[in-house]
Amino acid sequence: MDFSLTEEQNKLRQEVRNFLEDELERRLWKPACDAWIQGYDPEFSKRVANRGWIGLTWPRQYGGQERSSIDRLIVTEEMLRYGAPAACHWFADRQIGGSILKYGSEEQKEEFLPKIIRGEMYVGLGMSEPEAGSDLASLKTRAIEENDCYVVNGQKTWTSGAWFINYIYLLARTDLDAAKHRGISEFIVPIDLPGISRIPMIDITGTEAWNDLFFDNVRVPKKYMIGEKNKGFYHVLDQLAYERGGMERLMGNYPLFDALIRFAKETRRSGKALAKDTMIRHKLAQLQVEFEVGRLFMYKVAIVMDEGRTPTVEASMSKAYATTFEQRLANTAMEILGPYGLLWAGSKYVPFEGLAAHSYLGSKGYSLQAGSTEILKNIIATRGLGLPAS
Amino acid sequence: MNLVLSEEQEMLKEAARGLLEQKCPKNFVKQMELDDKGYSPELWEEMANLGWMGLVFPEEYNGSGMSFLELSVLLEEMGRACLPAPFFSTVVLGGLPILDIGSEVQKKQYLPKIAGGKAIFSLALVEAGSGYESDTIQAQARPDGNAYVVNGTKLFVPYANIADFLLCVARTSKQQQGITMFLVDAKSLGIKYTLLKTMAGDKLSEVVFDEVRVPKENVLGQLDQGWPAVERIVKRADVAKCCEIVGNLQWALEDTVAYAKDRKQFDRPIGSFQVLQHYCADIYTYVEGAKLSAYQAAWMLSNGLPCDKEIAVAKLWINEASPHVFNLAHQIHGAIGVTQEHDLHFYTTRARPVELGYDEASLYRETVAREMGLA
Repeated sequence: MDFSLTEEQNKLRQEVRNFLEDELERRLWKPACDAWIQGYDPEFSKRVANRGWIGLTWPRQYGGQERSSIDRLIVTEEMLRYGAPAACHWFADRQIGGSILKYGSEEQKEEFLPKIIRGEMYVGLGMSEPEAGSDLASLKTRAIEENDCYVVNGQKTWTSGAWFINYIYLLARTDLDAAKHRGISEFIVPIDLPGISRIPMIDITGTEAWNDLFFDNVRVPKKYMIGEKNKGFYHVLDQLAYERGGMERLMGNYPLFDALIRFAKETRRSGKALAKDTMIRHKLAQLQVEFEVGRLFMYKVAIVMDEGRTPTVEASMSKAYATTFEQRLANTAMEILGPYGLLWAGSKYVPFEGLAAHSYLGSKGYSLQAGSTEILKNIIATRGLGLPAS
Repeated sequence: MNLVLSEEQEMLKEAARGLLEQKCPKNFVKQMELDDKGYSPELWEEMANLGWMGLVFPEEYNGSGMSFLELSVLLEEMGRACLPAPFFSTVVLGGLPILDIGSEVQKKQYLPKIAGGKAIFSLALVEAGSGYESDTIQAQARPDGNAYVVNGTKLFVPYANIADFLLCVARTSKQQQGITMFLVDAKSLGIKYTLLKTMAGDKLSEVVFDEVRVPKENVLGQLDQGWPAVERIVKRADVAKCCEIVGNLQWALEDTVAYAKDRKQFDRPIGSFQVLQHYCADIYTYVEGAKLSAYQAAWMLSNGLPCDKEIAVAKLWINEASPHVFNLAHQIHGAIGVTQEHDLHFYTTRARPVELGYDEASLYRETVAREMGLA
């Protein structure tokens, strides 16, 4: 047992911090909540790529560094701490690259991995559909083989960042007659293929957070199918563990936590610093305790990854726990701010640029995306504890 | 970073589980709840022979020189078994403080006895109305010739009924922190204990010191400078207790899941109902958080790293997690779980963090607040 990080890992953390501090000093971007998923900044992604921090864990032959999942966690933890705009590369770095590495052909690895590592490949997720949310296997988008292509027709939804992605990861039905789990395949689709269109969806905060994507007779070259035909649903289960078990589930609204602590130190009420008020101190300390435990959950996920196992149960537990933490953080911020918490960015009197109101609303989606808390708890119970399926 | 036990730790864990499953079944636990002594001298001797009491002490004191982490592994198994024995009080509250601050003479005198299972220790710290601050210690020790004379009343002293020695925390100076620790022969004239009735039937006592003469050489550590040592004892005891409770919680998780798989209503196992599945998932999550936070603190203590915050996190998490776990465990068990026919109650009554002061949770929250820079 060893709860410490290596000297090299501490050095890596410091390097990432120095890099981000320098970026902040040069006012290249502003810290924001949800910047890992909404902070679109290709130049930032390329600067991160220059440091070698994308695809950190992948084989050297594709440009990776074969470092550990803990190392990657350290990099993402710092990106989130600073609210850095890492959305362009986040999905590819987190799950798509790994998926290609595990299931893709040599040709695909050589085409895509170096591109991701250079910070030039921005992949959106085409999984959910209007009638296939938690029940993902009931998806209807179809990809029908025709000569050297699959012809795709259907609709995907909840795709983040569809205005900046250049590829879409697509799950589509390739066998219409097979049982629903057994007829699905995975594709990496260039977004500029003819027949793909999108409609933005405005989330509860007013942000263009998601998109509906429409596929109208899109001809996807066969070489872009990942892995074995009709095995896609089983592949994606692996990928989901990577999607769920990262630090962004705990620190998506970390800039709010940071701002709240600063606010408590700097604000006086009734002649006394808020930070000296026992109730406020204890509320914040309670959050810190919950945060620290969440961090341990996340490091455990990375340890499991480094052991070469897919952290299905661990990632489910981490996400279910961490997203409720993020919601409690937002609630506590609203309590402490009182009516100021209602103010939106840009308003007179708004505290820390409206992070609180934004997060209070935005965090409602955290426990839904990438597996609702209910689905995650089903996984914990059935896969983790062996309880019988309901 | 890795979370696996070493081969040696695994062996210790397995050996402890094996012995305790055999020698500490629940009817034995029940019997000890009703017993005046509250432990079995035969089992105690067996534990000593296995080297458990000496585990954490250096070889020069007949110990086996293992670390606090190994001790934590052992404590988890004791928690899993609800072992009734003065192990915690002797080793964690008695022996380790002597190792911390005792003179060489004292270490040589007492530690081999502890390691051999020949002496039972306890800590007389808490007082009525006292908090966790040094200025609330009212028990007094005044010098008189070659001795100190101790007066005062201590509460919640574990296993005082069978202790050979008590570490007594008393005031020796009017200054706020003028606290001294004494090694007191529990059979000294003027010591009287009264067993308190507790929900777990464990042996906590009120101990009255009435003009108890303690030889000057039995001062433990420095005169008037004992408070930092007390704080260290309390923090370490809290981590140790967290590890013990992890054992309680792990048992409750396994037992509850097994019950949910086995118990049928509406022609199906109740564990197939989603609501109960989610209760189980919640229990699992609380228990995992308890394990991670407790072992993080234990590992750091074991390696001599500063870990006030990590201790606070473990303690605060487990303080909250434990009642949640047992509320859910009882809900899933239904009415049988609130009878004494089922074993769950042994755990429900024990999985309470030891409180060596009042409202420790607030104090630990203060620790976290300070670490966060909230002035």
